[in-house]
Amino acid sequence: MSSREEVPKVNAGSMADIAFLLLIFFLVTTSIETDAGINRMLPGDGESVVIPQRNILPILINGNDELMVDGEVIEIKDLKELTIAFLDNGGEVPEGRNYCEYCQGARDVLSSDNPEEAIVSLMNNRETSYGAYITVQNELAAAYSTLRNREAQRLFKTDFTSLEERYLNEETSAAEKIKLKEKIKMIQGLYPMKLSEAERN
Amino acid sequence: MSKFKFKKSKNTPEVSTASLPDIVFMLLFFFMTVTVMKDDTLKVTNELPNASEIKKLEKKDRIITVYIGKPEERFQAMLGTESKIQIDDKFVSIENFGSVMLEKISEKPKHIRPFVTVSLKVDKTASMGLISDVKEKLRNINVLKINYTTYEGDSFQNLLK
Repeated sequence: MSSREEVPKVNAGSMADIAFLLLIFFLVTTSIETDAGINRMLPGDGESVVIPQRNILPILINGNDELMVDGEVIEIKDLKELTIAFLDNGGEVPEGRNYCEYCQGARDVLSSDNPEEAIVSLMNNRETSYGAYITVQNELAAAYSTLRNREAQRLFKTDFTSLEERYLNEETSAAEKIKLKEKIKMIQGLYPMKLSEAERN
Repeated sequence: MSKFKFKKSKNTPEVSTASLPDIVFMLLFFFMTVTVMKDDTLKVTNELPNASEIKKLEKKDRIITVYIGKPEERFQAMLGTESKIQIDDKFVSIENFGSVMLEKISEKPKHIRPFVTVSLKVDKTASMGLISDVKEKLRNINVLKINYTTYEGDSFQNLLK
């Protein structure tokens, strides 16, 4: 009765083949899909309000993907700086109701009063390419996040983006999330993103 | 007769392949974990633009994906080369877009319907005309959260023709 003592071995030689088969299947079906992008809220149906011209930064993109900001043709790479200058201007007089204490801009009377009232108005042509539109959107988002990061550094000694990251992290505790949310709300309040995409008549 | 005989084997020694399954399994597990199964078969060209200021889309169940781009070559004889909208596996005209979206939303559980996010996967060569129309339709049916889905990268690459 020798068979009792020896357990017959299964031949594992084909293991590699099986694994290869599975590997090739997953290799073929894999498509590393992206699930990230620029979040935007579309405006609801609201009443139109009259806004002083100085509080609006009109950005136009034409059908040839050329950019015009405030009546001047500019390169897209200069857009971020221009937007920051506009948002951070704080043109209101120091005695004024809406004086912006934290602004570090030029305080030009002809530019925006304070970040809360500053509105970026983005207009595009039907022939504008989506790629150019996203580049502009990206630059505007970069301008806001630069300013928000600056304020978060000043107030909480950390970046705004890292605040957001920690807030979205699953491992963060609920108590900390509440605190983080407060901070995020506060920074967003300092530089609220007001992007208007008017239709062209 | 010499005292020391050098044994010279005639065959070259074999490389042990015993660890091959382990290596392959390692690769296999890597691909298994990174794989995202494609939900839709694309019928439009869909090369997304790059952007750097991106946020990850959380909560997959709240997302409705809308593809926009030129129809692929096999459909061009029928549909031309103008940008088209694709939802699920079907082409949708702009007139029907609103009703198709409402239908998609009604498939979702009731408690998440107000939080539905539309992920716009638009080819970077598409023109903004159709996208403006889509946004207008989304406003009409009060779906306001949108995400311009992009790849992570330098956004200035979008401008290269």
